Amino acid sequence: MNFRHAKTVLLGALAACLMVSLFAGRINGYWLNNFYDIGIGMIMAVSLNLINGYTGQFSLGHAGFMAVGAYTAAMITNQFGPLNFFAANGIFAGALFAGGLAAAGAGLLVGIPTLRLRGDYLAIVTLGFGEIIRVILQNMNAVGGARGLSVMHGWTNFFWTFGLAAVTIYVVASLVNSTYGRGFIAVQDDEVAAEAIGINTTKYKVTAFVVGAFFAGIAGGLYAHSKQFLTPGGFGFLQSITFVVMVILGGMGNTIGVILAAVLLTLLPEGLRLLADLEHLPGLAAKHPLGWIGGTRMIIYSLLLIVLMLTRPQGLFSFKKGRSG
Amino acid sequence: MSAPLLQLENVSIRFGGLTAVSDLDFQIGLGELVGLIGPNGAGKTTAFNLITGVYQPTGGNILFDGKSIVGRRPYRITAGGIARTFQNIRLFPSLTVFDNVRAVFHLHLRGDVRHALWRGQGYHAEEAAIAGRALELLELFHLEHCRDEPAKSLPYGDQRRLEIVRALATQPKLLLLDEPAAGMNATEKAELARLIRFIRDKFQIAILLVEHDMPLVMQICERIAVLDYGIKIAEGTPPEIRGNAKVIAAYLGDDAMAAPRASAAD
Amino acid sequence: MVYGILRFINFAHGDVFMLGAFAGFYLAPKIATVLPLPSLGGGIAVLLVAMAICAALGVLIERFAYRPLRRRPKLTVLITAIGVSLFLEYAGQFVFGAAPKKFPQILPVYPLPRLGGLSLNSNQVIVLGVTLLLLLGLRFIVLKTKIGTAMRAVSYNPEAAALMGVNTDVVISFTFALGSALAAAAGILWAVNYPAIDPLMGILPGLKAFVAAVLGGIGNLPGAALGGLIIGVTETLVSGYISSTYRDAIAFAVLILILLVKPSGLLGKKETEKV
Repeated sequence: MNFRHAKTVLLGALAACLMVSLFAGRINGYWLNNFYDIGIGMIMAVSLNLINGYTGQFSLGHAGFMAVGAYTAAMITNQFGPLNFFAANGIFAGALFAGGLAAAGAGLLVGIPTLRLRGDYLAIVTLGFGEIIRVILQNMNAVGGARGLSVMHGWTNFFWTFGLAAVTIYVVASLVNSTYGRGFIAVQDDEVAAEAIGINTTKYKVTAFVVGAFFAGIAGGLYAHSKQFLTPGGFGFLQSITFVVMVILGGMGNTIGVILAAVLLTLLPEGLRLLADLEHLPGLAAKHPLGWIGGTRMIIYSLLLIVLMLTRPQGLFSFKKGRSG
Repeated sequence: MSAPLLQLENVSIRFGGLTAVSDLDFQIGLGELVGLIGPNGAGKTTAFNLITGVYQPTGGNILFDGKSIVGRRPYRITAGGIARTFQNIRLFPSLTVFDNVRAVFHLHLRGDVRHALWRGQGYHAEEAAIAGRALELLELFHLEHCRDEPAKSLPYGDQRRLEIVRALATQPKLLLLDEPAAGMNATEKAELARLIRFIRDKFQIAILLVEHDMPLVMQICERIAVLDYGIKIAEGTPPEIRGNAKVIAAYLGDDAMAAPRASAAD
Repeated sequence: MVYGILRFINFAHGDVFMLGAFAGFYLAPKIATVLPLPSLGGGIAVLLVAMAICAALGVLIERFAYRPLRRRPKLTVLITAIGVSLFLEYAGQFVFGAAPKKFPQILPVYPLPRLGGLSLNSNQVIVLGVTLLLLLGLRFIVLKTKIGTAMRAVSYNPEAAALMGVNTDVVISFTFALGSALAAAAGILWAVNYPAIDPLMGILPGLKAFVAAVLGGIGNLPGAALGGLIIGVTETLVSGYISSTYRDAIAFAVLILILLVKPSGLLGKKETEKV
């Protein structure tokens, strides 16, 4: 998938997002929020895919990077009062970028100690980092601590969300499909062999963490300016698991599959909630049996995970035999 | 002989109470084809691992091109010109045959990460050049027809060949082959012998071969060193080694030297 | 112990701990009809029955969720374990209700004299005593019984053990039963000291248990006990002298520090890969 037109596709996608954004006023607010969630989920899943799926570092703390980005971006934009269109977008872009950089720094801090660790140890340590970030945020009164942080400006819109999602996908896919990028997969497949062909496994692993964390930070910034309220508890282990499930469901190292999985899993809770609401629609008698599904959505979610692993661990969307882009 | 390409001086390594390699003195010159043999557990693969930086020696020094390489990470030793294959084939199973070779060319990239992202003219030209060179290598070893197959689906003999091609792609000055003939039949072994000589002649590189197949080693190696329990017990030309009493004893046991065995016909 | 044999982290372990506590909660009134509660005998009866129930549960989980995946990559099983864990937590919320319940008093409170500046209550002493007994019992089983020897054999080399006539399926089921029983015991001991129980109570103790096991060198029983001790003591000291709000992060911070220096844990053996 080394096509020469990747850049053109990216520019086209950005233009399309801009168009949609300008007409966003016509779209129902409820659906807009869902779209934002989908876009943010896509960025998180694709960035995590670089770390878990392509480089094989099983990271369970991705939500921690999102938190760093969210709080950093929010603290920056909260310094400003109401702004005109150009200033607002400029500051927003800057804040998002700063959030990404802060998260990338956290990625460096996590990537380096985990270099000598394998499999289960790596999983627990990354989980630990995620929890440490959460606890630190909970104790920082400057950012609201456990009471939470209000975000003044709801600047997230369609353009920023899906535009940045397109950029994330472009970066990760381009990176991995280049000759340089084949190195990530080599590191995952066999570290000893990778070193034997001159690959600096340390540099690749740390790069995966830093790049993955950077985009998670950007997703965090988008999240902050969409929900407009942050609590450390919302970025814990359970959140990280959600993103890991997206990567697994999509097929590790399968960018398109992961994108589809992100869409599916973001809409799933909403879909189940809709089913629960059906019971209350006039005309559909009280005999409708699906109402209880909404209350049990996490149970269904977890059963889905178990069944998936037992039957189709390569993910729902992997159809190719070797690796593709 | 000019200054040796690779020099091991008094190299030892201990694992806890076990001394796997003891005071090994050994050298290889430019373009030499040398064999390293010995019974199982003699320390041959350990010697490979010491040379390529997977293990660090507990004593002695290893010099490549005149400079000490002890303490360097394996990837730097490879970048410096030593390539290897593995006893249990270690290809990248998720990558295609083509990508297994192409991945090596990261070593020779002139651009860097930013090029991969920006994807300008320079990037595409470089990728095309790399693809060309990778394909050239595959063609040379008759593997181009399966270039898009996943590496793990290749027949055993082809996998071994691919591993050698991958090692050659690093443009080494010294190639270490660890039991490349394992699991091959007589025809394949003859082909392998031809291949190894071809590589040495065409690419002008030194080759160190660890092998159990005696006829193969005697046939192609210019010089042979013999290890037993981590100690070098003999070194010389194939005829010298063939007749060396210590070598025979190491392989067949001391009894073989004591009295001629009664044959089954008696 | 489970890791030593199967080489994967059972994320659902913390939730068996939770189920043990809830089993005790529902059992107590039933047992009270036969034995007086609170009493030493009644308390022990609740403990033993809860352990038995969770042992059976552990065997079921292994049989249906983990055994089919024995030949698959470790990652698959790890994720399944996470799924089982989530399932137990949310099904627990559905069945028991999310609000915390008060665990009944199953052990009598004995007045204890103050020793110097140290004040203990009898529940704490009982917890220490029972823990010691259980650990010694475990040590006995693992080192001195036939099944224990089989467990150790399977943990070193499952194929060789099978060739020697060890029924690996039975050994693995037994290991899970044993591990789950101990988790249940931990759940009840916890509930005796902190009587508020809820379906999500097992998450953090479960995580800290892994941290303790990894800290001591995973697969190493004395190491795990040592790890648990280190974490417990460090948490309490930091909570007391510095700040209690950082409590949950302590275990992970200690882990990261130790692994930086010794990547295979304090007492773990370095598994060198044969190249």
